[in-house]
Amino acid sequence: MKTKAFAGNKGPGIKSDCYVEMEITASGGLDIDLKSRVKAIYGNQIIQLVHKIFSYFDIKNAHVSIEDSGALDLVLAARIEAAIRKLMETDKEFLLPQLEENMSGTAKDQFRFSRLYLPGNSPKLMINAGIHHPYGLILDLEDAVAPDKKFEARFLVRNALRNLHFYGAERMVRINQGERGLDDLDFVIPHHANMILIPKCESAGDVAAVDEKIEVLRQTHGIKHPVWLMPIIESTKGVMKAYEIASSGLNVAAMAIGLEDYTADLGTRRTNEGGESFFARSMVVNAARAAGIQPIDSVFSDVSDMEALAENVKRSKALGFDGMGCIHPRQINVIHENFAPELAEIEKAKKIYLAFKEAEKKGLGVVSLGSKMIDPPVVKRAVTTIELAINTGKLSKDWMKN
Amino acid sequence: MQKYDKIVKNAVGRMVPTIINGEEQIPFMGVGKYKPTGRKFGPRIASCADYPEDGNKVVPNLKEALIKAGLRDGMTISTHHHFRNGDLIANQIFDIAHELGVKNLRWFPSASFPCHEHLIPYLEDGTINRIEGSMNGALGRFCSQGKMAGLGVLRSHGGRYQAVQDGEVQIDIAVIAAPTADPFGNANGVNGTAACGLLGFALADSQYADKVIVVTDNLVPFPAIPWQIQGNYVDYVVKVDQVGIAEKIISGTTKITKSPDRLLIAELTAQFCEATGLIHDGFSYQAGAGGTALSIGNYFGDILKKNNWKARFIRAGSNKYPVEMLEEGLVEYMLDGQTFDLDGVRSMRENPNHVWTSPFTSYNYHGKGNFASLVDVVVLGATEVDVNFNANVVSHSDGYLLHGIGGWQNTLFGKTTILPVPLFRDRIPVIRDEVTTLCAPGEMIDVIVTERGIAINPLREDLIEKVKGSGLPVKTIGQLKDEAEEICGIPDKPNLSDEIVAVIKWVDGTVIDSVYKVIE
Repeated sequence: MKTKAFAGNKGPGIKSDCYVEMEITASGGLDIDLKSRVKAIYGNQIIQLVHKIFSYFDIKNAHVSIEDSGALDLVLAARIEAAIRKLMETDKEFLLPQLEENMSGTAKDQFRFSRLYLPGNSPKLMINAGIHHPYGLILDLEDAVAPDKKFEARFLVRNALRNLHFYGAERMVRINQGERGLDDLDFVIPHHANMILIPKCESAGDVAAVDEKIEVLRQTHGIKHPVWLMPIIESTKGVMKAYEIASSGLNVAAMAIGLEDYTADLGTRRTNEGGESFFARSMVVNAARAAGIQPIDSVFSDVSDMEALAENVKRSKALGFDGMGCIHPRQINVIHENFAPELAEIEKAKKIYLAFKEAEKKGLGVVSLGSKMIDPPVVKRAVTTIELAINTGKLSKDWMKN
Repeated sequence: MQKYDKIVKNAVGRMVPTIINGEEQIPFMGVGKYKPTGRKFGPRIASCADYPEDGNKVVPNLKEALIKAGLRDGMTISTHHHFRNGDLIANQIFDIAHELGVKNLRWFPSASFPCHEHLIPYLEDGTINRIEGSMNGALGRFCSQGKMAGLGVLRSHGGRYQAVQDGEVQIDIAVIAAPTADPFGNANGVNGTAACGLLGFALADSQYADKVIVVTDNLVPFPAIPWQIQGNYVDYVVKVDQVGIAEKIISGTTKITKSPDRLLIAELTAQFCEATGLIHDGFSYQAGAGGTALSIGNYFGDILKKNNWKARFIRAGSNKYPVEMLEEGLVEYMLDGQTFDLDGVRSMRENPNHVWTSPFTSYNYHGKGNFASLVDVVVLGATEVDVNFNANVVSHSDGYLLHGIGGWQNTLFGKTTILPVPLFRDRIPVIRDEVTTLCAPGEMIDVIVTERGIAINPLREDLIEKVKGSGLPVKTIGQLKDEAEEICGIPDKPNLSDEIVAVIKWVDGTVIDSVYKVIE
């Protein structure tokens, strides 16, 4: 049996993380060597936590050395547990009491303009992510985690789902592909993830496998609220199967496109203008709309060019997308700003909406504005525009009173 | 000599010694409560008869100048910090003192930097008794560990001028490193390879020191114009090969922060100022050269542009960004205390509206007013703030001295002081029950802006009223503290001994707090 293991990160530039090295010994009790930037004011609490975790796993003799760069308890606990579980087979999990606010559910059709990707093994980027108020925060277990860190990232993502403040953002997790992804679910579904992103989806079967496993976990753990799915189309095959995937189950709430992999598969390169992906994007939008779910656009990878991002968002909105991903918090406002309806659009929608309400009050079946009749789809769009405007802060909730 | 004696509780409830390094001191009595009497310090009267008629005060080297100036045991030697971490002269002074076997000196810099770690052996062997000035990095650690022979004294830039003017600190030899000087001793910071903009921190030293030595690597024929330091105060001039390391004087990399969290804090700060009407046509502000402060200045610029307003003046810390605002006409005057990059130096050299100032005009509390109190909005940092808005800028939560006071205390007299700070830094909460070291009483601090909410001092009922309906996340400072502790855990108190290693002076020379030895 292995007796030595490590987990976490250290070195220059590492913050809010820790590196744990441990060795199970035959005797001598628990020997803890703590190096920490915050030792003067949190040293005792860290040592207590280490004792608590080791006694939970019933390990009496070990040498533990910790290099801490200001990790919060949820991070310390994840790193220590990961190191322990590299050494022992167990189903036991050391869980800190979950935040009440992190047990909430979300609605299938709620707004998802922006979703911020967070590398699943980088606590530094997680801690303040929610204060930038994206609609969703994605804890990413897939591409943003190096292969040799996949194991420990699961513990961090699990603890983050339970104890990180999301400040109202939907709690999303991108799992790995295939079997590994199904195993990831054990670490996220019992801890109230709201939405699972399924990468590199190519068939309805890919979605069904995830959906079935989630259902089993929901039953076992008594999870009351639904867990929504967002398959991501990242290949030509996926594009051709877009409608099949979008309509593969009731829990599929949105479908996204991932253009980096798609353009590679297509044998071309991604451009800012996006001509090469016009077909794929249109397929995803049409398939999603046909299935009655949200079409979501790919991330924009140049984080320093906000003007190009704004252009990209406008194109995305014009194509019919309901939101897009981001990889930097500064992209969030640009996305909201440009997905939000324009002022003229809002003014028109307000008039239509008021006319609709008026007609409703009078019991009229037909809505008219001045001498013009308004078709039902136009009313529907106006209602959506008003909701969007309120949600993006362009219109006061109480606008009807003014 | 005892380091300190006779400890009393001062007006903010802190225990402070009333005898420090053998001299009597006044405990802090409250803001504006201590009224000095008497006359300012009078330096020795000199006579032209004792100085060369041709105005040539050049001596061959620094050692000779120091010997001529009468360097001996127990003296007070002053230096300035316009060269920041590129200073080469302070270390040389004490190398010479050590070589000459001089002991027990008091070093009185306007600030110290990591490069001065070189002086630790001299603090250990008794060449230097103590530092009165800021203590950063290794020197701060040395002092915090209780290893300094004398008691450290930390003063603000204005407090340093006040201490010299009032005779509280009598400088025996002032050594003024200058980027440009003439043989008569006129000197400036705008020209030469070591250009640092201005020499304001050395003004008091030139006016009040018994002997003044100007050291330069750019000796020009009389007159060195502008004469920021006047040769009429100067005894000796020394020409050296290199007076400072240019690239460390001017960072050249002062940049707006890219951290999304800090940008958010900066954005919230600007939004707060806009929503409460603190920004208006003709307003004035002070912001530092840190990444967050720079981006706040940028947001201020956007607000000015949008409304077609102009700021009357900026109190700076100048660098590229405020210089751009000055040149774009968004700001009419820049009153500069310290330049941070070559754009700042160039602008000061070329633009008559870019004015060099000194701690006398800007900060001295024992004067007939100073312009710090005329500034509308002041944006500052802090290591800790407590639930009563008392703030700390010199020590970290582990008790170690790590920053100087700088102009921080002085600028608090501006009309509205805002501290944009993160709620916690690498798990360490910034908002605490009690600050480790109290550098300013809470009544001086009006607003705390964090990424998780804004707290307004209850004394500022006007701001509390004006912010209503703005949609900004206003919370009480207690709520912010609880939020930080909920995320980070409740911090323990650092392990400090009851032995005092340094004191913090308020702007009027009274003692506001003590710094304690850290138990490792």
